Amino acid sequence: MSFLVISEPERRLIPSSGVRGPVPLLIAIMTFVMVVVAATGLALVNSAAVVKSGVEHRYSIQIADGSAKAPAAMAAARSAPGVIRANQVPPDDLRRTLERWLGPSGAEADLPLPAIIDVDVAPAADPNRIGQIIERAVPGARFVAHRASLAPLLQALTGLTLLAFGLVMLIAMASAAATILAARGALDNHRATIEVMHGIGATDRQVARLFVRQIAIDALLGGLAGAAVAGLIIALILGGASTATVLAGAPPIGWKDALLLALLPLAVALLATVVARAALLRALRERL
Amino acid sequence: MLVPWQGGARRATSVSGQRERRLANTIVEFDRVGLRYGTGAEVLRDLDFRLREGTFYFLTGPSGAGKTSLLKLLYLAQRPTRGRMSLFGDELADAPRDALPAYRRRIGVVFQDFRLIRHLSAFDNVALPLRIAGHDEQQVEGPVREMLAWVGLADRASARPPTLSGGEQQRVAIARAVIARPEIIIADEPTGNVDAAMAERILHLLTAMNRLGTTVIVATHDLGLIAATPGAQLIRLENGLLVDPTGALKHPPGAPTRELGR
Repeated sequence: MSFLVISEPERRLIPSSGVRGPVPLLIAIMTFVMVVVAATGLALVNSAAVVKSGVEHRYSIQIADGSAKAPAAMAAARSAPGVIRANQVPPDDLRRTLERWLGPSGAEADLPLPAIIDVDVAPAADPNRIGQIIERAVPGARFVAHRASLAPLLQALTGLTLLAFGLVMLIAMASAAATILAARGALDNHRATIEVMHGIGATDRQVARLFVRQIAIDALLGGLAGAAVAGLIIALILGGASTATVLAGAPPIGWKDALLLALLPLAVALLATVVARAALLRALRERL
Repeated sequence: MLVPWQGGARRATSVSGQRERRLANTIVEFDRVGLRYGTGAEVLRDLDFRLREGTFYFLTGPSGAGKTSLLKLLYLAQRPTRGRMSLFGDELADAPRDALPAYRRRIGVVFQDFRLIRHLSAFDNVALPLRIAGHDEQQVEGPVREMLAWVGLADRASARPPTLSGGEQQRVAIARAVIARPEIIIADEPTGNVDAAMAERILHLLTAMNRLGTTVIVATHDLGLIAATPGAQLIRLENGLLVDPTGALKHPPGAPTRELGR
């Protein structure tokens, strides 16, 4: 990082206005979008984790042909090692659920109802063994993990999370591309100065250093501004969603996530600096 | 035979104390050098000469003869398209690009169009070679002030080039070229924008540098300047070809040369 430190006389060689232009604004916008998208991704990750942990050790015993076999199934479940709790879903609750799906006919007494028993198991329990015990006691009963029922939702959340982080990467690449253009533009603007410096014996590294520092400062300032605005908006949204957050059992963005988001503008500035330096050295190599 | 490039510029350990040794050495050697820009015709053809260390040379020739192109080759702003070119004993026609800055620091150039950095003060322009060479500010301040005083611009140190006259810019350019005590000074029409008194002063500076062992190559149309410089040799270019009125330049180092301007 020594290439970021330049003396006052070196600083005078390239007036700062020559590099600035739209770069800080561009980086600010990119960082704003990046932080918002990354926050969304992190919120999705956290939500998926909350959903997952809520159903992690929860199972259902489903008996298709009615509740006559429910007591036997419950007894078998409660006797199985690792089962913490086994409670039958009341038939009335089932009827009400069916009514929502089937209309008034769902509440008719002669409609055969499945029996459903909610089972919580200990984290160290062996679900396969519990399932075998129940299915042996009540042939036809199915021991189903809640996680399997929620698999499509979790898959969708995972997909959205990957999409969010893919977008973050794309925005980072776009920032890098913008920085390369800015660096090349700065070289063109100062072509005469660079030719004189080369003529006097300056190395490419000496020339690149003059520009890299300015680009790093621009990227950092732009990144911090963009991240600050994004942080404000995220804070407002989270403030409004506090009730839902409490109900969900965990904040959608924790302090570790906030720290990660706060590092994004620094990462953007670092990326811009490294990419700009490489682009400058490559562009300078094209000259004698 | 030219010595292949061997990986680095060597800095002479002393100048004034070894003038006799330097006079015997070849500092520039061209071997069938040709230069063309793009796909155009050759602007320089079959240049075949040696320049001795510590000698004063004038490069003359009509406009369009290739003087500026030859100077570009000499100050390493251009590579020859054919032939071999040696500076300071190292073959540089095919030297890696990263090796060139070290050689360029051993050459001071006064460009015809000055090429001063417009937004820097005269002081900063003159100090540039020292700063690029890595001198710290304590080592820069004194020599630069002294050099500006020598070219008569002590009171214009903080002025920027656009506020200086052509002659003043010329003097800043000369001060910048000589400040780092280069082994070769290349000047393209260094007296083109100054009055007779300043021209004499500039010539005095260049001959003083030459007496200290610096090889000086001056491109000029000014016959008076040539006549006023005893001991200088003449290189004449016409249509990209070397025309050597003295016949001396084709001789190896140490061969007798005819002095001009007597």
